[in-house]
Amino acid sequence: MAEELKVGCARPTGGPVGETATEKTVETERAEKEVVSMIQVGRKAPDFTAPAYLKGDFINVKLSDYLGKWVVLCFYPGDFTFV
Amino acid sequence: MSSDSIFVHKMWNDCELSKMVQEGIPFPMLSDAGGRVGKVYGVYDDDAGVETRGRFLIDPDGVIQGYEVLTPAVGRNVDETLREIQAFQLVRESKGTQATPSGWRPGKKTLRPGPELVGNVWKEWKTEMAFD
Repeated sequence: MAEELKVGCARPTGGPVGETATEKTVETERAEKEVVSMIQVGRKAPDFTAPAYLKGDFINVKLSDYLGKWVVLCFYPGDFTFV
Repeated sequence: MSSDSIFVHKMWNDCELSKMVQEGIPFPMLSDAGGRVGKVYGVYDDDAGVETRGRFLIDPDGVIQGYEVLTPAVGRNVDETLREIQAFQLVRESKGTQATPSGWRPGKKTLRPGPELVGNVWKEWKTEMAFD
């Protein structure tokens, strides 16, 4: 399901699927802060890709690859935090 | 998912988590540099530069069925997450003909919403059923 990730020296990154990179201006930054979260129960979960560590391997995960399964998506403040 | 890199995820798993969970974490530890995904999900704290404790339940159609967000100092209750998934699965399998009242756990009574139930929930469900 998940493709293996080739890791170089750069820190691998992912992001929302379908978002294009644009140059940031003061206006676009302000607009970004005003973006209302797209999250609502009963609505589609926004798709994303993200690099991941899984049992000894670095892989690339895409949320939509998990269609057909239940998914628990957990965010947390950081590795080595306590609770 | 956190804003840490996959390299730090590996170190956390290898140095600490593998001492709590035999053979290490069995699910992908996702990296969200800069909180780009967290922002879309409304859980990224811009001021602190970290994700808050957001937990989203996503069904097989990719639809969010529930979520919970906590500030960093309070941990989650995994039993509650599992209970919610079991409830959503039951409702889904019944194609919406059954609903799980407050305090429902597997084996406890479900309700069948319909005209006959209007005003009659008190006959089917008692307040103490909200508690374990």
